[in-house]
Amino acid sequence: MWDFIVERREQIAYNTFQHFNLVVQAVVVATVIGVALAVLIVRAPALQGVANALSAIGLTIPSFALVGLLLPVFSIGAFTAFVAVAFYAVLPVLRNSVVGLQGVDATLIESARGMGMSGFAVLWRVRLPLAWPVILAGVRISMQMSMGVAAIAAYVLGPGLGGYIFKGLAQIGGANAVNYALVGTLGVVVVALLADALLLLLGRLTISKGTRVA
Amino acid sequence: MTTDLSKAPEPTDSSGSTGSGGSISGAEILLEDVVKQYPGQKSPAVGSLSLTIPAGEIVMFVGPSGCGKTTSLKMINRLIEPTSGTIKIDGEDIRGKSETELRRKIGYVIQGGSLFPHMTVEKNIALVPKLLGWDKKRIDERVDELLDLVSLDPGRYRKRYPRELSGGQQQRVGVARGLAADPPVILMDEPFGAVDPITRQRLQDELLSIQRELRKTIVCVTHDIDEAIKLGDRILILQEGAQIAQYDTPEVVLGAPATEFVADFIGSGSSLKQLSLARVSEVELRKPTTATVGERVADVKQRAEAAGDRSVVVLDERGRPVGWPWLRQLKGDTVLEPTEDLVNIDLRSTLNDALDTMLSSSHGGAVVTGDRDQYLGVVVFDAVTEHIRSLEEEARD
Repeated sequence: MWDFIVERREQIAYNTFQHFNLVVQAVVVATVIGVALAVLIVRAPALQGVANALSAIGLTIPSFALVGLLLPVFSIGAFTAFVAVAFYAVLPVLRNSVVGLQGVDATLIESARGMGMSGFAVLWRVRLPLAWPVILAGVRISMQMSMGVAAIAAYVLGPGLGGYIFKGLAQIGGANAVNYALVGTLGVVVVALLADALLLLLGRLTISKGTRVA
Repeated sequence: MTTDLSKAPEPTDSSGSTGSGGSISGAEILLEDVVKQYPGQKSPAVGSLSLTIPAGEIVMFVGPSGCGKTTSLKMINRLIEPTSGTIKIDGEDIRGKSETELRRKIGYVIQGGSLFPHMTVEKNIALVPKLLGWDKKRIDERVDELLDLVSLDPGRYRKRYPRELSGGQQQRVGVARGLAADPPVILMDEPFGAVDPITRQRLQDELLSIQRELRKTIVCVTHDIDEAIKLGDRILILQEGAQIAQYDTPEVVLGAPATEFVADFIGSGSSLKQLSLARVSEVELRKPTTATVGERVADVKQRAEAAGDRSVVVLDERGRPVGWPWLRQLKGDTVLEPTEDLVNIDLRSTLNDALDTMLSSSHGGAVVTGDRDQYLGVVVFDAVTEHIRSLEEEARD
């Protein structure tokens, strides 16, 4: 096992980085989309039911199936993988953003309006900062989930560590089958832990001391 | 325009606003046939309310819940748009400007202070000045000035977050935030509803003391008739649909309730409530021996004994009373800052509050303070009973 890794260390490092890169980019884009959708949804209560239903249904689609469905549209390669990962990543962010924005005390919003803040200022300086801890919790869930989805997306030749897992599966019984699968799996776990640590740090830096729990 | 901190003269008649430069910094508010009808409801929430709120006065809106008092208040800063009718501030129709522009010139203070938990005290207070584009230096000075005004040490509290403050302190910051851009009009919605009775009494006294300096036009909603009597220059008693039951000074409302509804609303014990109308300033204050923190104990004792006092009032270096120890409690070489919390009453406090404080004091009296907590003297039981007797005699004549 050790020799296996040492022999391929550069390639493994490269794929690990690619995996991280794919997930982070997808989650960043998903966060922007999720929060933006949530802002619109909170304005129109009629949309909330629709949004909840869609995100619930979205999460039941097996990622393997989604990747298959995307193939005819986007052809094989990294972009299809990106779209698949981003699609799943939006859902937890969207859900938490809606909950977070709704959880902002209505009297605070009224107070902000009463002080003469514009609609945008109320959103940017009061509602989003107060909802941010909940939104960020959604981003963390998103990030963890996306690590697994990105591994599956390797099926359409997406970048990252998923390739090792599929290689291992394809060679069952072969000399390096277990090594391939293990390197792929452990790699994903390590990247996931690292990404989570970074998000925790981001929380430390961006959540106001006034609203931080503990 | 910065706040005019010069002493306000005796209340004048309500001859419109003076804008800036004068002693009254408030503006007159005029409501003409204001109606608010919510769709789908049979009777209007506010049915044709007409009212003049004189510049520089505190007008209290009281009434049972659902009487439309909060709706009426919120129409003044357009948080609720009237269905019909006109509201003018300082002669100008409030629909003449954008909502945000209007609101930046109206202070808004609501229950519990409603501070933004993710912003420090400083940022909370600086919000409206920032929206108005003040420069940083001016904002900094203003924040210090306001914290001082609401009796919070700027050095200690500027950088704190709301959750690090007590309820009363949060409410003080809320008041400071409402005053931040020096608006001529301040709207308050149950401002002291969320604090305990003792803190509420203090905050009310502080508001009166601040108002004595600033002379804003303050419109304040409360469901507490005692608060209305204590704070209001005028009281507006509303019944369902914001119908005016009576709009007059507290003295007249208590002495001559216009309708049975008003009499019921004031409730029993209106003669006791009269105590809420008499102010400490009407009573003669005693001037016992005082000592300053850091003074030599021996000197203080000598002075007190010469004056025949068994206790002394200890002042800090800014002339604010901090303790009221018995002589035997003074130990050591120099007078130290006492650790116990001295409950002062404001010169404008009612005799009701004064009696309340005196009853819980071991001295049978209470320390009286004026603007910015400056020490003025001590009020004692004898002086209060004396005053009540003279009031009764007046009433009999």
